[in-house]
Amino acid sequence: MSNLAATYQNLRSSQSFMKRVSLVLKLIVAVILVVFSVFPVLWIFSAALDPTSQLGSQSLIPPQAGFQNFQKLFNDPLLPFWNWVWNSIKVSGITTILSISITTMAAFAFSRLRFAGRITMLKAILLIQVFPNLLALGAIYLMIEQPGHIIPWLGLETHAGLILVYLGGSMGMNIWLMKGFLDTIPRAIDEAAMLDGATNWQIFTQLLLPLLRPILVVVGILAFIGTYGDFVLARILLSKAENYTLMVGLALFTNNQFAQNWGQFSAGALIGALPVMAIYLALQDQIAGGLTVGAVKE
Amino acid sequence: MTIANPVPKGKKQTENPFSTLLRLVFVAIFDLGAGWFIYQAVQLGSFQLAGVVGVVFLLVNIVLLLPQAYAYRWMVTGLSFLVLFTIYPMLFTIYIAFTNYGDGHLLTQQQALAVIEKETYLPKTGKSYKWTAFKAPDNTYALWLSDAEGNTYIAKVGTALLPAKPGAPGIGQADSSGIPASIEGFTRLNPILAATDKNLPQIKFGEEGQTIQIRSPSEAAELKPRYIYDAAANTLTDQENGEVYNDVDGTYTSRTSGKQIVPGYRAVVGLRNFVNFVQSPALRGPLLQILVWNFVFPTISVLSTFSLGLAIALLFNDKDFPLKKVFRTLLLIPYTIPSVITVLIWRGMMNPDLGIINHLTKTWLGFSPPWFSEPTWAQAGVLLVNLWLGYPYFMLITSGALQSIPADLYEAAKIDGANSWQSFRNITLPLLLVAVGPLLIASYVYNFNNFGLIYLFINGGPPIVGATTQAGHTDILISYVYNLAFASGGRGVQYGLASAISIMVFFIVGTITLVQFRFTNMWEEVSKNV
Repeated sequence: MSNLAATYQNLRSSQSFMKRVSLVLKLIVAVILVVFSVFPVLWIFSAALDPTSQLGSQSLIPPQAGFQNFQKLFNDPLLPFWNWVWNSIKVSGITTILSISITTMAAFAFSRLRFAGRITMLKAILLIQVFPNLLALGAIYLMIEQPGHIIPWLGLETHAGLILVYLGGSMGMNIWLMKGFLDTIPRAIDEAAMLDGATNWQIFTQLLLPLLRPILVVVGILAFIGTYGDFVLARILLSKAENYTLMVGLALFTNNQFAQNWGQFSAGALIGALPVMAIYLALQDQIAGGLTVGAVKE
Repeated sequence: MTIANPVPKGKKQTENPFSTLLRLVFVAIFDLGAGWFIYQAVQLGSFQLAGVVGVVFLLVNIVLLLPQAYAYRWMVTGLSFLVLFTIYPMLFTIYIAFTNYGDGHLLTQQQALAVIEKETYLPKTGKSYKWTAFKAPDNTYALWLSDAEGNTYIAKVGTALLPAKPGAPGIGQADSSGIPASIEGFTRLNPILAATDKNLPQIKFGEEGQTIQIRSPSEAAELKPRYIYDAAANTLTDQENGEVYNDVDGTYTSRTSGKQIVPGYRAVVGLRNFVNFVQSPALRGPLLQILVWNFVFPTISVLSTFSLGLAIALLFNDKDFPLKKVFRTLLLIPYTIPSVITVLIWRGMMNPDLGIINHLTKTWLGFSPPWFSEPTWAQAGVLLVNLWLGYPYFMLITSGALQSIPADLYEAAKIDGANSWQSFRNITLPLLLVAVGPLLIASYVYNFNNFGLIYLFINGGPPIVGATTQAGHTDILISYVYNLAFASGGRGVQYGLASAISIMVFFIVGTITLVQFRFTNMWEEVSKNV
């Protein structure tokens, strides 16, 4: 009996030893991975603070660290950085609010109303979105250029035109996502309201929207960041430096013509990236949830 | 008994009069605005634009006025934008794929003919003159001409040649070369100014139909329009040698000599763009190479990002892991920065001369990888950056999915004596793939068209040697199309060809998506939910 107990004891301690070894190994792997993931971010901090604006020959803490790059970035009249930031916030903000309104209302119809062509429409929306916007850039360009001759504030070089093009893509995957959320809200709720004489509009605005609010926030943030990060459409439709969005402006710094401006690019990239990063990291659990709902069945 | 099913199926609701009024007022305002816009577009000659807005006009009216279309009122704004900025550009792209739109064929037929008809030639019977230019203060020009026989003339725009002699009324005295210093308010330009004046060679002096133009610094000649257009036969005839040019797919081409007149115009050429892929070796070579890479790139990207993401998720699936939350947050960072920024950062870090990565490899390994000049290294670089960009997404997804696998499955496997590899292989992976399979395909489709990465990181380079169009070793179809259509690099834009390739991409991606639908039973689910 005691022999058996001793063996058992031995086995347990060797198991816990093995477990400790594997934990240390795992920690080492995790640290290596973290270095891989964080390295570019550290690099950009160091490049932003290094006044020599050189790409290489950097130590992680630059010898004469200072804020010269930021000063240069804020005071360059040819490359108006704060204009770009404001343009990006304005365009992404308006696009997000409008596109979320459009998708939520459409998703309501798909989830709660029954009408001819409903399923065909749902399928068509998915298939059409598969055609990459980028491939039709020429035609999109014309669709903005020509109206500009009739209504000047809608043409090329205008943010209104850019927002319109972004809205053209709002009838897409997000409708499926929103419809998925709406389907999870029991229909008994709105049927009861309907018995009391509520109209569809009242059910939508007073019953369902409050229930949807948490998920609307997540989808809204994702949509905002998606628009904020767009480069191609903004690059094609805007060509004057004062009209650029932040991403287009930042890409300009790394062009050959501005090869010496890595310092300013890094300073601008930090300002552009940190708020987004903070939002993501703060909301990571909700965002992970938003990403998987609809696709992953749990 | 009737209360058992209280909600009527049709959900008929009576609209209150106020919202009816609101709706009608909105329709009226919209119709006015859209009608005005269509009118303006027609005035400007933008018929396609007018047509598309017309479609939206009809759509809005039908949806808002017909009670049967009630449900569509909830999505009419989105549908309008969809028509304007997604469906119409798609149809337009498909149309362009069947035309020769591109360099040499950018104009409409009318515009091209106007350009061609401006061309002139010197007829055998035409006289040539020595010329001297004169300029008036209002920037109009006149010529002093002398022919081989020694006769001299004044030539102005719009009036016939006027025989004149130096010293005559209004004309200054001749200098040593026999040319007056001024004529009737015009002053003589010195020969260098005259030879470099950009306006002079464009001006047609003399009467309509018998105009004189400067051909060289020493010679001006009586020129005639070279080509005469026959609208009935749609042919151009060369007045110099009588050669007839027929319209062949938007290019006027001589049947006898095969010569072509530049510019051509935008014409429908049927399947030519598609046939060209197959027949032209200069086009087919790079295109095939790009197509192969276009499948390799997303395949490796998805496999590598998924594997790393899953590995990390498994690593942290251990409840006892210290600082789990901190590690996870740090590992999520690549996902949280806009990729335009991070791709550019990587480009800077991998700069072969100055970048920190090459600096480190040189110090430690004595070797500096040529990320931007060697095809294989370039492809490896793109894949490395994409791994960094993509693994956090799968880390998020798979760690969620891992949680949902019931723990008793593992218990049962353990009792049956399975080791951890076996239980991963036979339990974790199959269940995981069911859950995240659709997302793997979605990620494949996304990377299939990952323009931003390829364009910003390396712009498709290094170039494929011997390609007739701008093509590089890391180009995927979509970046290749972009260069064809927008950034020609001096080799001419080819919208027609670019659109044809776009359609190809659409078919490939569309097929993958349809397979995905099958895979996820999305269709069935849609039908089930009716």
